[in-house]
Amino acid sequence: MTNPWWIIGGVLFVLLNAAAGLIWLERRMLALWQDRYGPNRAGPFGILIVLADTLKLFFKEDWIPPFADKVVFVFAPAVVAASVLMSFVIVPFAPGIVVSDMNIGILFFLAMSSLGVYSIVLGGWASNNKYALLGAMRGASQMISYEVFMGLALMGVVVMSGSFNLSVIVEAQKNVWFIFPQLIGFVIFLIAGIAETHRLPFDIPEAESELVAGFHSEYSGMKFGMFFIGEYLGITLISAMVVVLYFGGWLGPSFLPPVIWFVIKTFAFIMLFILLRASMPRPRYDQLMEYGWKVLFPLSLLNLMVTAAIKLWLSTH
Amino acid sequence: MDATFFIAAGIAVLATLRVITSYNIMHALLYLVVSLLAVAVVIYVYGAPFMAVLEIIIYAGAIMVLIIFFVMMLNLGLETSEHEKAWLRPRIWIIPGILCLILLGEMLFLIIQNRQPAGNIQVVEPKAVGMALFGPYIIAVELTGILLMAGIVGAYHLGRQQKKISHRFLENFEL
Repeated sequence: MTNPWWIIGGVLFVLLNAAAGLIWLERRMLALWQDRYGPNRAGPFGILIVLADTLKLFFKEDWIPPFADKVVFVFAPAVVAASVLMSFVIVPFAPGIVVSDMNIGILFFLAMSSLGVYSIVLGGWASNNKYALLGAMRGASQMISYEVFMGLALMGVVVMSGSFNLSVIVEAQKNVWFIFPQLIGFVIFLIAGIAETHRLPFDIPEAESELVAGFHSEYSGMKFGMFFIGEYLGITLISAMVVVLYFGGWLGPSFLPPVIWFVIKTFAFIMLFILLRASMPRPRYDQLMEYGWKVLFPLSLLNLMVTAAIKLWLSTH
Repeated sequence: MDATFFIAAGIAVLATLRVITSYNIMHALLYLVVSLLAVAVVIYVYGAPFMAVLEIIIYAGAIMVLIIFFVMMLNLGLETSEHEKAWLRPRIWIIPGILCLILLGEMLFLIIQNRQPAGNIQVVEPKAVGMALFGPYIIAVELTGILLMAGIVGAYHLGRQQKKISHRFLENFEL
């Protein structure tokens, strides 16, 4: 696995198929937890529903509203998929299987996730529709606020491992996974990650019961599909980041190869995301902001301060 | 390295030109984002990955989003772009154009004066930036912190308001 093109191609292939498969998985699991069957007709276990859905999306009328800003309207759905896929560049799947082993890994992830905000903002603005605009405004403020705690929570891990490089961070968890010393950081990162992918319970930008479909009200066909794929890629990304940062990445007992350990752990967190969607009510917008700035922000600062103090004390004694 | 630098620099210049010349404010802002991203690539190529990523996180990812957020709330439509078109007649470009040409001439002259090839680039690691910031430049960091704190306190003071009572039946209730 020395040729980088193989790694890039493999990562893209697995991710895009996983994102498509997640559509089926989510519908089946939601159904299971709500005591019904879900899509079970097309193919074995209904897995061909993905194909049917894709065909449907392609044959739908691809409508651009006459009152929309056409260029931005078309451009917005591409941003979310592109920014999330770019983030996967720095995720180490196993020793040696990483697209780019950058020294600024975590920062690159933060940069790309902050660019992801544009897809919501631009999609909502370009639709030129009041519900879409409201969704976009909520999305922008939610994602900017939660990015702050996300970054601060990550810094605890950076202090403990002494590097922004994700491979180094995984290696630093050889003895003990960071979930134990960084429990608070993990909880904050997970909550911020859910808010960042705007999944339920934090799907306030789309909130279908109050805003029609929020920022993508006007989207149809494959443009809507892009937002959808971007969301599932986002879930996969946050799950993979949680695994890398707090659950020892590819580390595990040696009877399974490292990649398999990584996939198993990531899959567990994807299931957690789906379970959260099945079981949690959506908070109000002001509750979300208040919770973020009044609870998570001081907690993440405190976590960082205590981590740094202990690290300093240990290094001098 | 040369090719990446020239491509990124070219994109930055073109995007910045479009920022100035486009009539639609939202499009202008998007070009500004592109320009910032291109500048980040230039910084990266010149061996400062930490600064490049910070440029994306802070300028492209936070400040520009906030500006776009406010422009979005102002609800500027076709009318404003018509206004802009009326204001920005070709004649208006003459004096700024001359000023920019003078600056460009000066810069070219200085570059030709001591032409140093941009070889032997040293990559500055994030750790080195941190050591510099919290070593010799600690006072600057602290002052920036105080400035930001003052800004936050000011914003809080301006944004503070009494809770409004929304209905006459609720007036007797403590909210």
